[in-house]
Amino acid sequence: MGPFVPDPITDQLNLVLALLLGMGFGYVLEQAGFSSTRRLAGVFYGYDFTVLRVFFTAAVTAMSGVLLLSWAGLLDIRLIFVNPLWLRPALAGGAIMGLGFILGGYCPGTGVCAAAIGKVDALFFLGGGLLGVLLFGELFPLYARFYTATALGPVTVFQALHLSPGLFAFLMIAAAVGAFAATTWIERRVAPERAPSLAFRKGPHLAAGAGLLALGALLVFLPDYRTRLARKVSAPAYVAAHPATVMTADELAFRILDQEPELRILDLRPPADYARTPLPGSVNLALADLFGREWAPALAQRRVKKVLVAGDEAEERTAFLLARELGFENFAVLQGGFPAFRSTILEPAAYVPQDNRWDADVRAFRADAQVRLQKMIADNKAPAVKAPKKEKAVQGGC
Amino acid sequence: MNTRYMNPYLAGFLLGLVLLATIFLTGRGLGASGAFKDVVVAALSAAAPAHAHQNPFFGPYLAPGQEPPLKAWLVFEVAGVVIGAFLSGVVSDRLKLVTEAGPQVGHRRRWLFAALGGALFVLGAQFARGCTSGAALSGMAVLSAAGFVTMLAIFGTGYACAWFARRLWLERKG
Repeated sequence: MGPFVPDPITDQLNLVLALLLGMGFGYVLEQAGFSSTRRLAGVFYGYDFTVLRVFFTAAVTAMSGVLLLSWAGLLDIRLIFVNPLWLRPALAGGAIMGLGFILGGYCPGTGVCAAAIGKVDALFFLGGGLLGVLLFGELFPLYARFYTATALGPVTVFQALHLSPGLFAFLMIAAAVGAFAATTWIERRVAPERAPSLAFRKGPHLAAGAGLLALGALLVFLPDYRTRLARKVSAPAYVAAHPATVMTADELAFRILDQEPELRILDLRPPADYARTPLPGSVNLALADLFGREWAPALAQRRVKKVLVAGDEAEERTAFLLARELGFENFAVLQGGFPAFRSTILEPAAYVPQDNRWDADVRAFRADAQVRLQKMIADNKAPAVKAPKKEKAVQGGC
Repeated sequence: MNTRYMNPYLAGFLLGLVLLATIFLTGRGLGASGAFKDVVVAALSAAAPAHAHQNPFFGPYLAPGQEPPLKAWLVFEVAGVVIGAFLSGVVSDRLKLVTEAGPQVGHRRRWLFAALGGALFVLGAQFARGCTSGAALSGMAVLSAAGFVTMLAIFGTGYACAWFARRLWLERKG
């Protein structure tokens, strides 16, 4: 599952990739005509909307790809770099950049492309750019506070607008297709003889626009990979059709007291409940953690019996099936959930004889287990087992 | 030799795939303005090391334990952009030492405004933590609010100022 930095792509290999991906970036920008300053400026005067077409098609393509890869379980979107927002600096910086764009006729990426094929004006743009950074750094004390003002963190646009990612993607695609149609109409009126859109063949372009809208409509109904799997394994029919390995409270208590080395208790209860009664040798995690790379090494130990403990057995069964879907083996669910363990071992009601020859043994075992486990839990309240380190998202940005 | 430009939608689709591959493989987006900063930090620390270390903006990039500024991901990526654009120029027969300007604008004037525009653009990119590539395009691809805010601010200001800068790009009417 992507991204593959820092493992298996090392820092060194990542730099090689940077060079190769940059080559692709530069090649396509130049092929698109972004090395021509008059083409770039055309977007502001209506005679050439190439910039808008390339820019929005690229944004929509990459965005849809990110959502589709996430849906298919190939990309962990929690780990990719989401640009943090400093609202007022972003607005001010954007405004300064807009002014720079209309005066200079390039943006930094396109300026590099234009210089690479010999545009002299682009060399001046790049030289100016270096001076711009120098100036910014030298005058930094003047706006040091403004620079970090209104920090909102890596907030996504769909969170900000209270939409689902899919619905936002659809709206964005619809806006892009609408803009493509509208700007083509404008361009042919502003530059009736030399509008680049005069060369477009109608059929393929209409088909592509319709296809794009269909993709957008599809994205609305695509849950991401996690939501999809979680929904699948919590459906009653699915749970009924897929039995889980069950462990009784007595067996679990026995195995704990026996200090069996190949036993791992995965406690899914809310952290507050867990903190009150942490079972010896257990770890507390949320259902969603089963997806995380940070837990994978612990979950993948095949010889270790992983016992799922939760507030009720249904939740344990969901986790059991989810773990199996994710390819992990040798799990069991605690019969009756944690409440059963409590009422059998930790705070047992008066023992009801089963009228078989083990009654005396069971009773003696439970009485003994209650005392010893209560003590072990009390000792465990300062948890000895540390949760694995959280995986850090990739750092990026300019 | 083919000197025509690629269909913009096809180019945009391919550009989107390059960006998607970047996000999928490395977890980050493409950029450009960051490399300008790295080059300036490297140059300044070579020319005036004490000054560079003391500067509150450049200093942190030179702190002990930091990789040298020229070993940054974006420096390698932008080096790739130069090579890629050059190859595209070779393939489409567009390598030529020329100055491109609006119909009313002489070379000197064009160079002056290009330098001024470049300075403003990359200065603004420091405030916004990225330019059209790193903040707007890559930011939009991962649906970050920062990407959309920056994109709207850049193009909104561009359109707002276009009328004042019309002499730079358009023929004089009448």
